[in-house]
Amino acid sequence: MSAAAPGEGIGASVARREDRRFLLGKGRYTDDILLPEQTWAVFVRSPHAHAAIRSIDASRALAAPGVLAVLTGADVAADGLGGIPCGWQITNKDGSKMVEPPHPALAQGKVRHAGDPVVMVIAETRAQAKEAAKLVDVGYEPLPAVAHLRNAAAQGAAQVWDEAPGNVCFDWHLGDAAAVDAAFAAAHRVVAIDLVNNRVAPNAIEPRAANGHFDPVEDRYTLYTTSQNPHLTRLLLGAFTLKVPEHKLRVVAPDVGGGFGSKIFHYAEELLVLWASRRVGRPVKWTAERSESFLSDAHGRDHLSHAELALDAAGKFLALRVSTLANLGAYLSTFAPAIPTYLYATLLSGPYAIPAIYAEVKALFTHTVPVDAVRGAGRPEASYLLERLVDKAALAIGADRVELRRRNFIQPDQFPYQTAVALQYDTGDYEATLDLALAAIDYAGLEERKAAARARGKLRGFGISTYLEACGIAPSALVGALGARAGLYEAATVRVHPTGSVTVFTGSHSHGQGHETTFAQLVAEQLGVPLASVEVVHGDTDRIPFGMGTYGSRSAAVGGSAIVKAMDKIVEKGKKVAAHLLEASVADVEFAGGKFRIAGTDREKTFGEVAFAAYVPHNYPIETVEPGLEDSAFYDPKNFTFPAGCHAVEVEVDPETGVVEVVDVAIADDVGVVINPMIVDGQAHGGLAHGIGQALYEECVYDDAGQLLSGSFMSYCMPRAADLPMFRVGNHATPCTHNPTGVKGVGEVGAIGVPPAVINAVLDALAPLGVTDIEMPATPEKVWRAIAAAAPAAPANATGGAA
Amino acid sequence: MATISLTVNERAHVVDVEPRTLLVELLREQLRLTGTHVGCDTSQCGACTVWVDGKSIKSCAMLALEAAGAAVTTIEGLAEPAPPGGSPRLHPMQAAFNACHGLQCGFCTPGMVMSATELVRRNPRPSEDDVRHWLEGNLCRCTGYHNIVRAVIEAAAALGAGAGQGPGASIAGQGPGASVAGQGPGAKIELGQGPGGGAR
Repeated sequence: MSAAAPGEGIGASVARREDRRFLLGKGRYTDDILLPEQTWAVFVRSPHAHAAIRSIDASRALAAPGVLAVLTGADVAADGLGGIPCGWQITNKDGSKMVEPPHPALAQGKVRHAGDPVVMVIAETRAQAKEAAKLVDVGYEPLPAVAHLRNAAAQGAAQVWDEAPGNVCFDWHLGDAAAVDAAFAAAHRVVAIDLVNNRVAPNAIEPRAANGHFDPVEDRYTLYTTSQNPHLTRLLLGAFTLKVPEHKLRVVAPDVGGGFGSKIFHYAEELLVLWASRRVGRPVKWTAERSESFLSDAHGRDHLSHAELALDAAGKFLALRVSTLANLGAYLSTFAPAIPTYLYATLLSGPYAIPAIYAEVKALFTHTVPVDAVRGAGRPEASYLLERLVDKAALAIGADRVELRRRNFIQPDQFPYQTAVALQYDTGDYEATLDLALAAIDYAGLEERKAAARARGKLRGFGISTYLEACGIAPSALVGALGARAGLYEAATVRVHPTGSVTVFTGSHSHGQGHETTFAQLVAEQLGVPLASVEVVHGDTDRIPFGMGTYGSRSAAVGGSAIVKAMDKIVEKGKKVAAHLLEASVADVEFAGGKFRIAGTDREKTFGEVAFAAYVPHNYPIETVEPGLEDSAFYDPKNFTFPAGCHAVEVEVDPETGVVEVVDVAIADDVGVVINPMIVDGQAHGGLAHGIGQALYEECVYDDAGQLLSGSFMSYCMPRAADLPMFRVGNHATPCTHNPTGVKGVGEVGAIGVPPAVINAVLDALAPLGVTDIEMPATPEKVWRAIAAAAPAAPANATGGAA
Repeated sequence: MATISLTVNERAHVVDVEPRTLLVELLREQLRLTGTHVGCDTSQCGACTVWVDGKSIKSCAMLALEAAGAAVTTIEGLAEPAPPGGSPRLHPMQAAFNACHGLQCGFCTPGMVMSATELVRRNPRPSEDDVRHWLEGNLCRCTGYHNIVRAVIEAAAALGAGAGQGPGASIAGQGPGASVAGQGPGAKIELGQGPGGGAR
């Protein structure tokens, strides 16, 4: 029974409580923070993808107006700052460990990607720092560079690191190769596909920023930073880079303007503003310009894959074999090695019963920006591969693509289901979401809509993706065995105040997810207090005991579960207090609807009465129960959670121009229990836009010399309002079986599910013209060229329609 | 340095600015009105949108000097001012963004709201297509625009129904030809203000 006031607990579309400050212009983002005696930092970044640094002449910069310091890699080394650490170690096929090169905060000796920070200039004003940065004379000796996977793997390729021959960081595999070989040998049919998963930039609209302050009186550092996980940043600063103990470090991630993965990682600038503040004796602030974001925020994706699917005569999947090259960029970002391995290959079974799977992943260094998690992180690469391959298989064997999926789904009675790639799914119902999405998009009426489009001179196509993902990362012991160097639990403290209001301190971080609302709904539900009496605090290591932060759609599933667990302890303690007040046995006291009651009677104490008694313990079981009503919990998940669903897309292609218009998107997701449907739908919308962006618009383009050609919003195509339709979002929940909330996670489903659906729809539209493949992003140029190449003899408008 | 005077959110300021100072820098750094945001360096993202003499402009694309003598309205000046001891009353556009979940991280929101409010002033009954094209100059990474579009249409309906209007909410300025149906952001420059539109 819900203890919450009507419309406030689990399942209510409560309007967000955090909105008011944002709407009034009173948000407090990192760049909004101006500290007394503030100074400003600007970085001189490498213009070359690969070069030796022969000299740095800072004399003119030092003489410029307002300049306080010009710092280089030599200063970083002299002061003993640690390199940026990597949080995950991968073991190679042969049992050896991945190559883990150094990652100095400022380049030392060599630069390894365009944008690599070389010199830090600190001045009285931002403009003065910027002017002075132009006066720093760095003598570079350009060296051969390699930017693209195909070139990096080639014989004689330029080398990023001497210690990584062939540019190989690791050569890893997962699954049973022998079983897969045997299944392929016995297969009725084998279907193969080659795929590019395009490199994307995260592009949170708030650029990264950091403001560091060293207080010499208290011998204490404070960092304001655009982070998704301030405690993790503090841990890495304390243990590895700045090397000061945690009690001397406060990290605040105030309002953060979107993350999408890019603000998980510990970046050099965070360390450098703190260090520089100690050097100049004043706070030092840095805010990225957008072009700098393109050159310094970790990018995402960038895979080349070959995959083969073995089928029997009935169209049942027998085995899957995958070989992937993954680009890691020039340095290892915080979670980089985990993305193309444990967040990718483990997902290659998708929602299908595939008895044998073998995946090998070779990760390469290149002279490009480091690659790490971007919304979905590994799982979009897996779903794209699988869902493109299944469509291709359907075409090859003449099966209906919907029916082929249906035939191979894991069935509801097969759970828990052990895949061939390590994961065990707890629950799901893949046909339910498939049917919901097909009904929503009116699959039965597709041919009519195609005919109507043809009459308008357009090619209409339909595509689906029945994706599965893993979130709620993760059981600490499991990820530890897989190479993680941290635990992935979450922490919470729930403080009940004497008059019964509640403050929740959560280690999750909200940068758009709405935790100040949804977490308060969890409290209203469980403790029966009004939503207005609940405050949710996040993002400050001085206020919150600990936390692992927000990424991988883990906040509600893991962070929310920690809050529930802390509230369980509060209720247990409250029962003891209530039993005393009611002169009853603890075993007879039950808590429901915000009241402690002797079971089977009407004798009860309200939550507020118990809280007051705990803080004013005059009539209190003081011998056995401590005063106060506050408790903490660390929740370590028992398994990943497995959201899944079906994304159905219809596009119309203009064969004259190659322009693809997304005309309909209907999705049905199983994200487990939904706390706030309005917020959950909003998360799905954002993910869909992100995924459609990857499918049709977005790409980080490097030239062969390692220059980023798409380095601003002028040249990197972000999806805009006019590029997208309204989204229709359906839901069918099978609650997660192993966490107390039943939540699975929703933040990434759009970015994971929709890209293959879009491309499958584009290929369906172009099928009549003989086009069988197109790479993301399916830009007008690519589509137009594909049409021209497929049917050189036939004019593109020979599709039965009038222009 | 040059000394200019201007009005921001109905408050008069006399400030010294460098010739290169952008309006957004003046607002954020000198006047500490940090509700106006900077999300790019190429005038693409629209997070810095404010009104200058009633027209929405990207304040990263205007020099502070150009705003001399102008009346500037930022996101902080949109709501009905707080009564003593109270809290500001949201403008119907702000209220609609909250009701429709038209914001997530909140960073693009001030620009979205300041731009959308001008659309509704010019076109009191915008279609979905009108809204999507008008907002082409404002990037959002969180919402997929779905709920932003809903919010703008709902706000238009509320404003049309005479819901409580903040100081900038006048829709009296709908001069002839003020409809922007089907017109992109470029139309903002060419369309004149109707009588009283945005006059403060």
